[in-house]
Amino acid sequence: MRIFLAKRVFTLVLTLLVATLVVFVVLEILPGDPAAVMLGINAEADTLNALREELGLNRPVLIRYIDWVSDLFTGDLGISYTYDVPVSELILSRITVSFPLALLAITLSTLIAIPLGIIAASNHNKPMDFLVMSFSQIGIAIPNFWFAMLLTILFSVTLRILPAGGFAGWDAGIGPVLKSLLLPTIALALPQSAILARVTRSALLEVLKEDFIRTARAKGVNNQGTLWKHALRNALIPVVTIMGLQFSFLLAGTIIIENVFYLPGIGRLIFQAISQRDLIVVKNLVILLAGAVIMINFVVDVLYAVIDPRLRGDKDV
Amino acid sequence: MTLLQVKDLSVTLITAQGPQEVISNINFSMDAGDKLGIVGESGCGKSISALAMMSLLPPDSQTSGKIILEDQDILSLNSTQICSIRGNRIGMIFQEPMTALNPVKKIGAQVSESIDLHMNLNRKQTLERVTELMDKVGLAVSRFPLNLYPHQLSGGQRQRVMIAMAIACNPKILIADEPTTALDVTVQEQILDLIRDLADSSGMALIMISHDLGVIAQTTQNVMVMYTGNIVEMGRTVDVFQNMLHPYTYGLFSAIPHAGSSAQKKRKRLSCIPGQVPELHLRPQGCNFADRCSKVSHKCKAIEPAATKISDQHQVWCYHPLTQEDKK
Repeated sequence: MRIFLAKRVFTLVLTLLVATLVVFVVLEILPGDPAAVMLGINAEADTLNALREELGLNRPVLIRYIDWVSDLFTGDLGISYTYDVPVSELILSRITVSFPLALLAITLSTLIAIPLGIIAASNHNKPMDFLVMSFSQIGIAIPNFWFAMLLTILFSVTLRILPAGGFAGWDAGIGPVLKSLLLPTIALALPQSAILARVTRSALLEVLKEDFIRTARAKGVNNQGTLWKHALRNALIPVVTIMGLQFSFLLAGTIIIENVFYLPGIGRLIFQAISQRDLIVVKNLVILLAGAVIMINFVVDVLYAVIDPRLRGDKDV
Repeated sequence: MTLLQVKDLSVTLITAQGPQEVISNINFSMDAGDKLGIVGESGCGKSISALAMMSLLPPDSQTSGKIILEDQDILSLNSTQICSIRGNRIGMIFQEPMTALNPVKKIGAQVSESIDLHMNLNRKQTLERVTELMDKVGLAVSRFPLNLYPHQLSGGQRQRVMIAMAIACNPKILIADEPTTALDVTVQEQILDLIRDLADSSGMALIMISHDLGVIAQTTQNVMVMYTGNIVEMGRTVDVFQNMLHPYTYGLFSAIPHAGSSAQKKRKRLSCIPGQVPELHLRPQGCNFADRCSKVSHKCKAIEPAATKISDQHQVWCYHPLTQEDKK
């Protein structure tokens, strides 16, 4: 396990470095002047030059890259061109919305999906299985923005117990924050849980056909025991894979839900930064998200090894 | 004392061609400590009979008849009752050691599971029992710690773990379903010796299922030859092997290659049974073996033969048992 971890950490660092290189090359070296992109086609030559100077575009490429990577470590990422605030501050204020939201959504989705998947698999081809799969089908089919609107109509407009949108801010305390994140969490978790429930069910059904399940039954383990003690852990690999993908998506891909609920999250920031050509923000956001995805994959890989000893690379006897 | 009695056992499985009877009315019994072999080609119902004894057939299968273990009919038990028999009074070893163990559980935990389920032992006693079992099957804990995972062991070693699991609760019967088929020839011998020694020393009955007549000869006292879900010949292993009466049994024997035998010296072709096992839904009326048999007559194709008793312990289901002439 130790060797596995060491190897995996090494690849993690390497991947992160390659990611910075790719982002840098794509945004700064490829043809096209960042200053021109930011200022638009009607910009004056003087203004362009001034901006190039300000962005440090006149310095050698290698120096710029090294500077940027070391800036990533210190967190000093420069000033946003459109917002006129430090980029790190800007991103941090958005992460404190997006990250808790993603975490809440994946937690809720898992809490719904895994029990449902287990119920469906253990009642394979019975009414309960059919019921769960119908729920799942509906969950996948409903667009989450529409579901979000239904939630708002019910809980905010009719019942008036939850805010229809906006983010209370962490200064307001945990209660108001949770209140403003509750509806978005539900709207995001429902389709995710529908998919995850299906994956859990099919993974379990697959494992339940294995020889070692018959062995367990031959030992006198009852149906519940075979499911919980023998099948579940073996079925977790595909479930964890999907959870990793979903979490990556939830961190940055929630722009529609953020818009429905007026949440100042990462998704909206990317959208705005791109449409306003704020390249400094875009570059740092992209590397941040790439880094997040790489980290999530790392965690997923470590979880694989925790779940399945065959993936740990331990020596044979 | 009769330990296990199988009466008129029939099993119907749902197949792609619809329900098919894969075991038809088989009857046999065994006493405590008996070693019974079941031999036959693939698809003849060997494994299905074993799974029926463990009540491990697919849920949509239908069984009729009785499987009486001591005083209980296994087929009439509810799921809780059957769970208290599996692994406790009947242990089973499967063919494929590479996939029959749970890949994510430590071998110690897999062996102790049935002990936890069936024996009332505390943690320390359980650990002692597991250690003792591992010792018995030749995986001394000093070299093979209990926290190993199956993938860290070879096929033979995994089969030993499987055996330790099967005998953990001192079962009355051990069913070994092709226990050596997936193993190297050198390892096969060791595993067979181990199973036989364990059965001898503990007095448990053994049902050895194999297509390998050598395995049956080495490990059993009685043998049952099966073909397409029927028993075609049954008797003491010595009697059957020395005086095989059913053309199918004889065919199985003739198909074994013998190093340095006359057949090989003369570069004669290895003899084989012509044709193949008929598919379940294409089984003929009368004797199922009729289409492949050298001694077939009209009667064979019309009416299924009943048992003919040759001696007290030797029975054959054939109208034309082989004579010495036939075997020359």
